[in-house]
Amino acid sequence: MRSLLATLSAWLALGAGPLCAAELHIATAANFAAPLQKLTPLFERATGHTLALSTGSSGQLYARIRQAAPFDVFLSADTEKPQLLEQQGLTVPGSRFVYAIGTLLLWSPRPDLVDGGGAVLGQGRYRLLAIANPETAPYGTAARQVLMKLGLWDALYRDHKIVLGENITQAWQFAASGNADLAFVALSQVLGPDGAIAGSSWRVPQSMYDRIEQAAVIIAASPQQQAAHAFVNWLRSDPAALAAIRAAGYDTAD
Amino acid sequence: MDSADLIALWISFRLAATTTLLLLLLGTPLAWWLAIGSSRWRTAIDALVSLPLVLPPTVLGFYLLILLGPQGALGAPLRWLGVSVPVFSFTGLVIGSMLYSLPFAVQPLRDAFLSVGTRALEVAATLRASPWDRFFTIALPLAARGALTAAVLSFAHTLGEFGVVLMIGGNIPGRTRTASIALFDHAEALEYAAAYRLSLVLLGVCFVLLLLVYGVNRRLRAVGSTA
Repeated sequence: MRSLLATLSAWLALGAGPLCAAELHIATAANFAAPLQKLTPLFERATGHTLALSTGSSGQLYARIRQAAPFDVFLSADTEKPQLLEQQGLTVPGSRFVYAIGTLLLWSPRPDLVDGGGAVLGQGRYRLLAIANPETAPYGTAARQVLMKLGLWDALYRDHKIVLGENITQAWQFAASGNADLAFVALSQVLGPDGAIAGSSWRVPQSMYDRIEQAAVIIAASPQQQAAHAFVNWLRSDPAALAAIRAAGYDTAD
Repeated sequence: MDSADLIALWISFRLAATTTLLLLLLGTPLAWWLAIGSSRWRTAIDALVSLPLVLPPTVLGFYLLILLGPQGALGAPLRWLGVSVPVFSFTGLVIGSMLYSLPFAVQPLRDAFLSVGTRALEVAATLRASPWDRFFTIALPLAARGALTAAVLSFAHTLGEFGVVLMIGGNIPGRTRTASIALFDHAEALEYAAAYRLSLVLLGVCFVLLLLVYGVNRRLRAVGSTA
């Protein structure tokens, strides 16, 4: 009986962990879910806090936060939704910052299709080009900007050569499954662990589209403000965190 | 409501109508076979037909996307035969919707045929009615209620379809952007007023349809009991 009690109390002590450790609920845009999963053990080792991740589209997460979902930190795929939450007084003032900057890539799983200058877009040697929905997804908006700058948008759209994924994951899926010939995707989606990209691709020059900035905020209603601040500060300034974000295919704000 | 949403509604109605029509045409013989057939495959086919009830629609759509792709188990032979692959087209949506709504058409029809039973048919057979004659003059009229239920459920179910269309539609205005996709996009873009309007129309139409089928069913049942 005594040994049982000892085991139980030891188990309780272990489970409770250090006195100040907290479990943070992070709402993250789908495109940053995989990088964040890699960041999680780094953060947990560095601080003793643990992270629970909820993934969704920024629009869905925004709607849930407005309905008082119990998140501590929100990592959006854009800057608009954190700003809107800020205006509604739902975030901690001054907590908003850009944690990652996305890179747009024209990509095909076929090794011979996409050239290094994106000339393939105007040559019509493809049947379908997949992009994320420009009305709802930041990478889709950027893709439309690029096509407009190249003077191709109207013709491609009119000829039904553009198919819209609901988000950047679906745009990638359409091309990866071969149903579309090529797609505008995020560098982070196709960048292998060795830094190589399968298939063929064109890294679109930053001058052709507005920067895809992804902003984070701390939720005002979070009961774990201290731990939330610890996470945000870590994400913003820890060298290991910044290196991991860059290795995942994003830029970081200087 | 803007014209893009009206077009999306039109696509949804066209999709639901086409799917329902084809499902009734193809589902009736299948349901008939399931009800009166004696093959040992019957139970397995019955279970197979009901699978779309269990499978999440996005998963069904994802499988279709992979199957119909150029390297897919269906897409590759189709392409080899020179048939254009129907992903991202209205035809593709019809194929996906037929799979998705299959149990909603087949199950009511099968149950109706089962409740008709074989007795009336056997009597007709002794009077030398041919199998076709028996099917069209006895089984089908007696199963009318089941057919109506099958039609309305398939229509309403397809009208509200989202996951399959999301995965294989490609959101092309005037072709594959249905009302449910437009509704989702409005919600994603935080255009809640437009989303409410569209969902109100969808809810209203589906409610009236279901009201209709339950009303008619009740009346048919009343007629049946006095006959």
